[in-house]
Amino acid sequence: MTNRYVFLYAAAMVVIVALVLSGAATLLRPMQERNMRIEKMQNILAAINIPAPRDEAETLFNQYITVAKIVDYRGEEMEGDAFEVELQDENRKPVEERQLPVFVADVDGETFYVVPLRGNGLWGPIWGYVGLESDVVTIAGANFDHASETPGLGAEISGERFEDQFKGKKIFDEDGNFRPVRVIKGGAPDDDPHAVDGISGGTITSDGVTNMLRNGLEVYKPYFEKIKSS
Amino acid sequence: MSDKDNNKKEALFSPRNQKLLTNPLGKDNPINVQVLGICSVLAITVQLRTSIVMAISVVAVMGLANVIISLLRKTIPPRIRIIVQLTVIASLVILVDQVLKAFVYDVSRQLSVFVGLIITNCIIMGRLEAFALQNKPWPSFLDGIGNAAGYGWVLLAVGFARELLGSGTLMGYNVIPGFLYEMGYEDNGFMILPPMALITVGVIIWIQRHKDRDLVDIS
Repeated sequence: MTNRYVFLYAAAMVVIVALVLSGAATLLRPMQERNMRIEKMQNILAAINIPAPRDEAETLFNQYITVAKIVDYRGEEMEGDAFEVELQDENRKPVEERQLPVFVADVDGETFYVVPLRGNGLWGPIWGYVGLESDVVTIAGANFDHASETPGLGAEISGERFEDQFKGKKIFDEDGNFRPVRVIKGGAPDDDPHAVDGISGGTITSDGVTNMLRNGLEVYKPYFEKIKSS
Repeated sequence: MSDKDNNKKEALFSPRNQKLLTNPLGKDNPINVQVLGICSVLAITVQLRTSIVMAISVVAVMGLANVIISLLRKTIPPRIRIIVQLTVIASLVILVDQVLKAFVYDVSRQLSVFVGLIITNCIIMGRLEAFALQNKPWPSFLDGIGNAAGYGWVLLAVGFARELLGSGTLMGYNVIPGFLYEMGYEDNGFMILPPMALITVGVIIWIQRHKDRDLVDIS
Protein backbone atom coordinates (compact mmCIF):
# COMPACT_ATOMS: atom_id res chain seq x y z
CA MET A 1 0.00 0.00 0.00
CA THR A 2 1.41 3.31 -1.03
CA ASN A 3 1.94 6.31 1.22
CA ARG A 4 -0.74 8.08 -0.77
CA TYR A 5 -3.25 5.41 0.11
CA VAL A 6 -2.30 5.51 3.79
CA PHE A 7 -2.70 9.29 3.98
CA LEU A 8 -5.98 9.27 2.10
CA TYR A 9 -7.29 6.44 4.26
CA ALA A 10 -6.38 8.25 7.47
CA ALA A 11 -7.83 11.53 6.21
CA ALA A 12 -11.09 9.91 5.12
CA MET A 13 -11.39 8.06 8.41
CA VAL A 14 -10.89 11.23 10.44
CA VAL A 15 -13.46 13.14 8.38
CA ILE A 16 -16.05 10.37 8.65
CA VAL A 17 -15.56 9.93 12.38
CA ALA A 18 -15.72 13.70 12.92
CA LEU A 19 -18.95 13.93 10.94
CA VAL A 20 -20.58 11.02 12.74
CA LEU A 21 -19.59 12.22 16.20
CA SER A 22 -20.43 15.89 15.73
CA GLY A 23 -23.67 14.92 14.02
CA ALA A 24 -24.63 12.73 16.96
CA ALA A 25 -23.63 15.41 19.44
CA THR A 26 -25.66 18.11 17.70
CA LEU A 27 -28.71 15.91 17.28
CA LEU A 28 -28.73 14.69 20.84
CA ARG A 29 -27.78 17.96 22.54
CA PRO A 30 -31.31 19.28 23.22
CA MET A 31 -32.31 16.01 24.87
CA GLN A 32 -29.12 15.90 26.93
CA GLU A 33 -29.54 19.47 28.12
CA ARG A 34 -33.10 18.79 29.15
CA ASN A 35 -31.91 15.76 31.11
CA MET A 36 -29.29 17.88 32.87
CA ARG A 37 -31.83 20.55 33.80
CA ILE A 38 -34.12 17.91 35.25
CA GLU A 39 -31.25 16.38 37.17
CA LYS A 40 -30.39 19.78 38.62
CA MET A 41 -33.99 20.19 39.78
CA GLN A 42 -33.91 16.71 41.29
CA ASN A 43 -30.71 17.52 43.16
CA ILE A 44 -32.04 20.80 44.53
CA LEU A 45 -35.20 19.06 45.72
CA ALA A 46 -33.13 16.24 47.22
CA ALA A 47 -31.31 18.77 49.39
CA ILE A 48 -34.60 19.48 51.15
CA ASN A 49 -35.52 15.79 51.23
CA ILE A 50 -38.14 15.80 48.52
CA PRO A 51 -37.72 12.71 46.35
CA ALA A 52 -38.53 13.67 42.77
CA PRO A 53 -38.92 11.05 40.03
CA ARG A 54 -37.63 12.21 36.64
CA ASP A 55 -41.01 12.84 35.08
CA GLU A 56 -42.33 14.84 38.05
CA ALA A 57 -39.20 16.82 38.86
CA GLU A 58 -40.24 19.90 36.93
CA THR A 59 -43.72 20.10 38.48
CA LEU A 60 -42.41 19.51 42.00
CA PHE A 61 -39.65 22.06 41.49
CA ASN A 62 -42.10 24.75 40.43
CA GLN A 63 -44.38 23.80 43.29
CA TYR A 64 -41.85 23.94 46.13
CA ILE A 65 -39.14 26.36 45.03
CA THR A 66 -40.88 29.69 45.44
CA VAL A 67 -37.96 32.05 44.94
CA ALA A 68 -34.74 31.57 42.99
CA LYS A 69 -32.46 34.55 43.41
CA ILE A 70 -28.85 35.63 43.15
CA VAL A 71 -27.03 37.38 45.99
CA ASP A 72 -23.57 38.94 46.08
CA TYR A 73 -20.77 38.61 48.66
CA ARG A 74 -22.48 41.17 50.95
CA GLY A 75 -25.75 39.30 50.84
CA GLU A 76 -27.40 41.91 48.60
CA GLU A 77 -29.74 40.68 45.90
CA MET A 78 -28.55 40.82 42.29
CA GLU A 79 -30.24 40.68 38.91
CA GLY A 80 -30.29 37.43 36.98
CA ASP A 81 -31.60 33.90 36.66
CA ALA A 82 -30.30 31.82 39.57
CA PHE A 83 -30.98 28.53 37.81
CA GLU A 84 -28.63 29.38 34.94
CA VAL A 85 -25.64 30.43 37.06
CA GLU A 86 -22.67 28.11 36.55
CA LEU A 87 -20.67 27.83 39.78
CA GLN A 88 -17.72 26.56 37.79
CA ASP A 89 -17.39 30.00 36.19
CA GLU A 90 -18.29 31.94 39.34
CA ASN A 91 -15.59 30.26 41.44
CA ARG A 92 -12.93 31.59 39.09
CA LYS A 93 -13.99 35.19 39.70
CA PRO A 94 -12.88 37.28 42.69
CA VAL A 95 -15.33 36.97 45.58
CA GLU A 96 -16.63 40.52 45.06
CA GLU A 97 -17.86 39.74 41.55
CA ARG A 98 -19.44 36.35 42.14
CA GLN A 99 -23.10 35.61 41.60
CA LEU A 100 -24.33 33.37 44.40
CA PRO A 101 -27.57 31.50 43.67
CA VAL A 102 -30.08 30.81 46.46
CA PHE A 103 -33.18 28.69 46.07
CA VAL A 104 -35.86 29.42 48.64
CA ALA A 105 -38.36 26.64 49.18
CA ASP A 106 -41.70 26.59 50.89
CA VAL A 107 -42.61 23.11 52.08
CA ASP A 108 -45.94 23.05 53.89
CA GLY A 109 -45.39 26.52 55.32
CA GLU A 110 -41.80 25.89 56.38
CA THR A 111 -39.01 27.84 54.68
CA PHE A 112 -35.82 26.20 53.43
CA TYR A 113 -32.78 27.68 51.73
CA VAL A 114 -30.82 25.65 49.20
CA VAL A 115 -27.35 26.76 48.10
CA PRO A 116 -25.15 25.11 45.47
CA LEU A 117 -21.53 24.12 46.13
CA ARG A 118 -18.67 23.15 43.89
CA GLY A 119 -15.16 21.91 44.69
CA ASN A 120 -12.51 19.39 43.77
CA GLY A 121 -12.31 15.69 44.54
CA LEU A 122 -9.44 13.39 43.71
CA TRP A 123 -9.90 13.05 39.95
CA GLY A 124 -12.17 15.90 39.04
CA PRO A 125 -14.84 18.32 40.17
CA ILE A 126 -17.37 17.50 42.86
CA TRP A 127 -20.52 19.51 43.51
CA GLY A 128 -23.66 19.46 45.51
CA TYR A 129 -26.54 21.27 47.17
CA VAL A 130 -27.05 21.94 50.85
CA GLY A 131 -30.53 22.64 52.20
CA LEU A 132 -30.77 24.75 55.35
CA GLU A 133 -33.73 25.07 57.66
CA SER A 134 -35.30 28.46 58.30
CA ASP A 135 -32.78 29.21 61.09
CA VAL A 136 -30.02 28.96 58.40
CA VAL A 137 -27.95 27.04 60.97
CA THR A 138 -29.27 23.51 60.76
CA ILE A 139 -28.77 21.40 57.64
CA ALA A 140 -32.01 19.87 56.41
CA GLY A 141 -30.33 17.72 53.80
CA ALA A 142 -27.41 17.51 51.41
CA ASN A 143 -26.90 16.13 47.96
CA PHE A 144 -23.51 15.54 46.39
CA ASP A 145 -22.30 14.43 43.02
CA HIS A 146 -19.03 14.03 41.19
CA ALA A 147 -17.59 13.78 37.72
CA SER A 148 -15.08 10.99 38.03
CA GLU A 149 -14.38 9.85 41.59
CA THR A 150 -13.41 6.19 42.08
CA PRO A 151 -16.50 3.96 42.10
CA GLY A 152 -17.04 2.35 45.49
CA LEU A 153 -14.59 4.74 47.17
CA GLY A 154 -14.72 8.49 46.59
CA ALA A 155 -17.83 8.09 44.47
CA GLU A 156 -19.71 7.11 47.64
CA ILE A 157 -20.18 10.81 48.46
CA SER A 158 -23.19 10.69 46.16
CA GLY A 159 -24.64 7.76 48.12
CA GLU A 160 -27.46 8.15 50.61
CA ARG A 161 -25.43 6.65 53.40
CA PHE A 162 -22.98 9.55 53.20
CA GLU A 163 -25.49 12.30 52.43
CA ASP A 164 -27.91 11.35 55.21
CA GLN A 165 -25.25 12.00 57.83
CA PHE A 166 -25.55 15.73 57.16
CA LYS A 167 -29.15 15.96 58.30
CA GLY A 168 -29.37 17.92 61.53
CA LYS A 169 -25.74 19.05 61.47
CA LYS A 170 -25.03 22.74 62.04
CA ILE A 171 -22.93 25.27 60.16
CA PHE A 172 -22.80 27.89 62.93
CA ASP A 173 -21.84 27.09 66.55
CA GLU A 174 -23.81 28.21 69.60
CA ASP A 175 -21.99 31.56 69.75
CA GLY A 176 -22.97 32.27 66.16
CA ASN A 177 -19.48 31.69 64.71
CA PHE A 178 -19.26 30.12 61.25
CA ARG A 179 -18.24 26.49 61.70
CA PRO A 180 -19.02 24.33 58.67
CA VAL A 181 -19.35 20.56 58.79
CA ARG A 182 -16.10 18.67 58.38
CA VAL A 183 -15.70 15.16 56.97
CA ILE A 184 -13.45 13.23 59.32
CA LYS A 185 -11.28 10.28 58.39
CA GLY A 186 -11.79 7.31 60.69
CA GLY A 187 -15.16 8.55 61.96
CA ALA A 188 -16.58 11.63 63.67
CA PRO A 189 -17.48 11.76 67.37
CA ASP A 190 -21.19 10.95 67.82
CA ASP A 191 -22.10 14.20 69.56
CA ASP A 192 -20.23 16.60 67.23
CA PRO A 193 -22.79 18.66 65.28
CA HIS A 194 -20.05 19.96 62.95
CA ALA A 195 -18.58 16.66 61.71
CA VAL A 196 -19.56 13.55 59.75
CA ASP A 197 -17.78 10.25 59.05
CA GLY A 198 -15.38 10.12 56.12
CA ILE A 199 -15.27 7.34 53.54
CA SER A 200 -12.70 4.57 53.94
CA GLY A 201 -10.47 4.56 50.91
CA GLY A 202 -11.86 7.93 49.83
CA THR A 203 -9.92 10.31 52.02
CA ILE A 204 -8.98 12.85 49.36
CA THR A 205 -12.57 13.04 48.12
CA SER A 206 -13.74 13.38 51.75
CA ASP A 207 -11.31 16.24 52.29
CA GLY A 208 -12.59 17.74 49.05
CA VAL A 209 -16.10 17.77 50.52
CA THR A 210 -14.80 19.45 53.70
CA ASN A 211 -13.13 22.18 51.64
CA MET A 212 -16.11 22.56 49.37
CA LEU A 213 -18.43 23.06 52.35
CA ARG A 214 -16.10 25.59 53.97
CA ASN A 215 -15.35 27.63 50.85
CA GLY A 216 -18.79 27.29 49.36
CA LEU A 217 -20.78 28.25 52.45
CA GLU A 218 -18.41 30.96 53.68
CA VAL A 219 -19.30 33.33 50.83
CA TYR A 220 -22.95 33.10 51.86
CA LYS A 221 -22.16 34.09 55.48
CA PRO A 222 -23.30 37.74 55.11
CA TYR A 223 -26.53 36.57 53.47
CA PHE A 224 -27.22 34.03 56.22
CA GLU A 225 -26.49 36.63 58.90
CA LYS A 226 -28.97 38.96 57.29
CA ILE A 227 -31.66 36.30 57.44
CA LYS A 228 -30.81 35.51 61.05
CA SER A 229 -31.07 39.15 62.15
CA SER A 230 -34.29 39.81 60.29
CA MET B 1 -7.92 -19.37 10.90
CA SER B 2 -7.73 -17.45 7.66
CA ASP B 3 -10.24 -16.24 5.13
CA LYS B 4 -9.38 -19.17 2.88
CA ASP B 5 -10.65 -21.73 5.41
CA ASN B 6 -13.83 -19.82 5.73
CA ASN B 7 -14.68 -19.79 2.06
CA LYS B 8 -17.07 -22.68 2.12
CA LYS B 9 -20.38 -21.94 3.76
CA GLU B 10 -20.21 -22.64 7.44
CA ALA B 11 -23.11 -23.05 9.85
CA LEU B 12 -23.65 -20.02 12.07
CA PHE B 13 -22.97 -22.07 15.18
CA SER B 14 -20.57 -24.65 13.82
CA PRO B 15 -18.38 -26.33 16.44
CA ARG B 16 -15.55 -23.97 15.52
CA ASN B 17 -17.72 -20.90 15.94
CA GLN B 18 -19.00 -22.21 19.24
CA LYS B 19 -15.44 -22.56 20.43
CA LEU B 20 -14.89 -18.87 19.65
CA LEU B 21 -17.62 -18.10 22.09
CA THR B 22 -16.78 -20.59 24.83
CA ASN B 23 -12.97 -20.79 24.83
CA PRO B 24 -12.49 -17.29 26.27
CA LEU B 25 -14.74 -18.21 29.17
CA GLY B 26 -12.29 -20.81 30.42
CA LYS B 27 -9.14 -22.09 28.73
CA ASP B 28 -8.42 -18.84 26.94
CA ASN B 29 -9.80 -16.36 29.44
CA PRO B 30 -8.45 -12.87 28.76
CA ILE B 31 -7.95 -12.13 32.46
CA ASN B 32 -7.07 -15.48 34.04
CA VAL B 33 -4.93 -16.88 31.25
CA GLN B 34 -3.78 -13.95 29.11
CA VAL B 35 -3.66 -11.55 32.06
CA LEU B 36 -5.07 -8.62 30.07
CA GLY B 37 -7.44 -5.92 31.24
CA ILE B 38 -6.26 -6.21 34.82
CA CYS B 39 -6.31 -2.43 35.34
CA SER B 40 -10.07 -2.11 35.15
CA VAL B 41 -10.54 -5.23 37.25
CA LEU B 42 -8.65 -3.50 40.05
CA ALA B 43 -10.45 -0.20 39.65
CA ILE B 44 -14.12 -1.03 39.46
CA THR B 45 -14.79 -4.26 41.33
CA VAL B 46 -15.43 -2.73 44.76
CA GLN B 47 -19.14 -3.25 44.19
CA LEU B 48 -21.12 -5.84 42.26
CA ARG B 49 -23.36 -3.22 40.61
CA THR B 50 -20.50 -1.37 38.93
CA SER B 51 -18.99 -4.66 37.80
CA ILE B 52 -22.24 -5.60 36.09
CA VAL B 53 -22.56 -2.25 34.31
CA MET B 54 -18.96 -2.45 33.12
CA ALA B 55 -19.33 -6.05 31.93
CA ILE B 56 -22.39 -5.19 29.84
CA SER B 57 -20.75 -2.11 28.33
CA VAL B 58 -17.66 -4.06 27.35
CA VAL B 59 -19.75 -6.78 25.68
CA ALA B 60 -21.49 -4.13 23.58
CA VAL B 61 -18.38 -2.21 22.58
CA MET B 62 -16.30 -5.30 21.91
CA GLY B 63 -18.91 -7.01 19.75
CA LEU B 64 -19.39 -3.89 17.64
CA ALA B 65 -15.70 -2.98 17.37
CA ASN B 66 -14.77 -6.48 16.23
CA VAL B 67 -17.44 -6.43 13.52
CA ILE B 68 -16.44 -2.99 12.23
CA ILE B 69 -12.74 -3.80 12.10
CA SER B 70 -13.50 -7.12 10.47
CA LEU B 71 -15.58 -5.38 7.77
CA LEU B 72 -12.75 -2.93 7.12
CA ARG B 73 -9.97 -5.51 7.42
CA LYS B 74 -9.07 -5.62 3.72
CA THR B 75 -8.80 -1.86 3.40
CA ILE B 76 -6.86 -0.97 6.55
CA PRO B 77 -3.24 -0.08 5.76
CA PRO B 78 -1.10 -2.27 8.06
CA ARG B 79 1.14 0.64 9.05
CA ILE B 80 -1.67 2.60 10.68
CA ARG B 81 -3.85 -0.28 11.81
CA ILE B 82 -3.40 0.47 15.52
CA ILE B 83 -4.54 4.05 14.97
CA VAL B 84 -7.55 2.85 13.01
CA GLN B 85 -8.46 0.38 15.77
CA LEU B 86 -8.17 3.02 18.45
CA THR B 87 -10.26 5.45 16.47
CA VAL B 88 -12.99 2.88 16.00
CA ILE B 89 -13.07 1.96 19.70
CA ALA B 90 -12.97 5.56 20.88
CA SER B 91 -15.70 6.71 18.49
CA LEU B 92 -17.93 3.80 19.46
CA VAL B 93 -17.50 4.56 23.13
CA ILE B 94 -18.23 8.27 22.65
CA LEU B 95 -21.25 7.46 20.51
CA VAL B 96 -22.63 5.01 23.07
CA ASP B 97 -22.06 7.57 25.81
CA GLN B 98 -23.88 10.31 23.89
CA VAL B 99 -26.85 8.07 23.16
CA LEU B 100 -27.09 6.96 26.78
CA LYS B 101 -26.94 10.58 27.96
CA ALA B 102 -29.84 11.50 25.70
CA PHE B 103 -32.14 8.52 26.19
CA VAL B 104 -31.28 6.75 29.45
CA TYR B 105 -29.69 9.47 31.51
CA ASP B 106 -29.72 7.48 34.76
CA VAL B 107 -27.72 4.63 33.26
CA SER B 108 -25.23 7.09 31.83
CA ARG B 109 -24.79 8.63 35.29
CA GLN B 110 -23.93 5.20 36.65
CA LEU B 111 -21.45 4.50 33.90
CA SER B 112 -19.66 7.83 34.42
CA VAL B 113 -15.96 6.98 34.54
CA PHE B 114 -16.24 3.52 33.06
CA VAL B 115 -16.84 4.90 29.62
CA GLY B 116 -13.28 6.22 29.55
CA LEU B 117 -11.97 2.99 31.01
CA ILE B 118 -13.50 0.97 28.18
CA ILE B 119 -11.29 2.77 25.63
CA THR B 120 -8.17 1.81 27.54
CA ASN B 121 -9.17 -1.83 27.99
CA CYS B 122 -6.36 -3.77 26.37
CA ILE B 123 -8.54 -6.83 25.74
CA ILE B 124 -10.56 -4.96 23.11
CA MET B 125 -7.57 -3.85 21.11
CA GLY B 126 -5.97 -7.24 21.66
CA ARG B 127 -8.91 -8.99 20.00
CA LEU B 128 -9.07 -6.51 17.12
CA GLU B 129 -5.39 -7.02 16.46
CA ALA B 130 -5.31 -10.78 16.96
CA PHE B 131 -8.65 -11.82 15.50
CA ALA B 132 -10.85 -9.28 13.74
CA LEU B 133 -8.10 -8.20 11.34
CA GLN B 134 -7.89 -11.74 9.91
CA ASN B 135 -11.45 -13.01 10.13
CA LYS B 136 -14.91 -12.51 8.75
CA PRO B 137 -17.49 -10.40 10.60
CA TRP B 138 -19.56 -13.23 12.11
CA PRO B 139 -16.69 -15.17 13.72
CA SER B 140 -15.24 -11.82 14.82
CA PHE B 141 -18.51 -10.90 16.45
CA LEU B 142 -18.60 -14.21 18.34
CA ASP B 143 -14.98 -13.80 19.35
CA GLY B 144 -15.69 -10.31 20.67
CA ILE B 145 -18.75 -11.38 22.64
CA GLY B 146 -16.93 -14.45 23.97
CA ASN B 147 -13.93 -12.53 25.19
CA ALA B 148 -16.05 -9.79 26.70
CA ALA B 149 -18.08 -12.44 28.52
CA GLY B 150 -14.88 -14.09 29.73
CA TYR B 151 -13.78 -10.72 31.07
CA GLY B 152 -17.26 -10.12 32.45
CA TRP B 153 -17.63 -13.23 34.58
CA VAL B 154 -14.28 -12.68 36.26
CA LEU B 155 -15.33 -9.09 36.92
CA LEU B 156 -18.57 -10.27 38.52
CA ALA B 157 -16.80 -12.91 40.61
CA VAL B 158 -14.28 -10.39 41.94
CA GLY B 159 -16.96 -7.75 42.50
CA PHE B 160 -19.10 -10.29 44.36
CA ALA B 161 -16.27 -11.35 46.67
CA ARG B 162 -15.06 -7.81 47.32
CA GLU B 163 -18.44 -6.28 48.07
CA LEU B 164 -19.51 -9.22 50.24
CA LEU B 165 -16.33 -9.39 52.31
CA GLY B 166 -15.42 -5.71 52.19
CA SER B 167 -18.74 -4.00 52.87
CA GLY B 168 -21.01 -6.89 53.92
CA THR B 169 -23.44 -5.95 51.15
CA LEU B 170 -24.45 -7.13 47.67
CA MET B 171 -25.87 -4.65 45.14
CA GLY B 172 -25.93 -2.21 48.06
CA TYR B 173 -28.16 -4.37 50.29
CA ASN B 174 -26.94 -5.73 53.60
CA VAL B 175 -26.62 -9.48 53.39
CA ILE B 176 -24.48 -10.36 56.41
CA PRO B 177 -26.98 -11.01 59.22
CA GLY B 178 -26.76 -8.71 62.23
CA PHE B 179 -26.08 -11.44 64.77
CA LEU B 180 -22.78 -12.27 63.08
CA TYR B 181 -21.61 -8.72 63.72
CA GLU B 182 -22.73 -9.05 67.32
CA MET B 183 -20.65 -12.20 67.60
CA GLY B 184 -17.62 -10.19 66.58
CA TYR B 185 -17.57 -10.51 62.77
CA GLU B 186 -16.15 -7.46 61.01
CA ASP B 187 -16.09 -6.38 57.39
CA ASN B 188 -12.60 -6.63 55.98
CA GLY B 189 -11.56 -3.09 55.04
CA PHE B 190 -8.68 -4.54 53.01
CA MET B 191 -11.13 -5.88 50.44
CA ILE B 192 -12.10 -2.33 49.49
CA LEU B 193 -8.57 -1.49 48.40
CA PRO B 194 -7.36 -2.28 44.85
CA PRO B 195 -4.57 -4.73 45.81
CA MET B 196 -7.15 -7.18 47.13
CA ALA B 197 -8.67 -7.37 43.65
CA LEU B 198 -5.32 -8.65 42.43
CA ILE B 199 -5.27 -11.27 45.17
CA THR B 200 -8.86 -12.27 44.42
CA VAL B 201 -7.98 -12.69 40.74
CA GLY B 202 -4.98 -14.73 41.89
CA VAL B 203 -7.26 -17.04 43.85
CA ILE B 204 -9.52 -17.46 40.80
CA ILE B 205 -6.48 -18.31 38.64
CA TRP B 206 -5.33 -20.77 41.29
CA ILE B 207 -8.68 -22.57 41.37
CA GLN B 208 -8.88 -22.63 37.57
CA ARG B 209 -5.41 -24.11 37.18
CA HIS B 210 -6.04 -26.63 39.88
CA LYS B 211 -9.01 -27.88 37.87
CA ASP B 212 -7.43 -27.59 34.44
CA ARG B 213 -3.90 -29.02 34.52
CA ASP B 214 -3.30 -28.05 30.87
CA LEU B 215 -2.94 -24.45 31.93
CA VAL B 216 -0.13 -25.14 34.37
CA ASP B 217 3.17 -23.92 32.98
CA ILE B 218 5.66 -26.72 33.59
CA SER B 219 8.66 -25.15 31.90
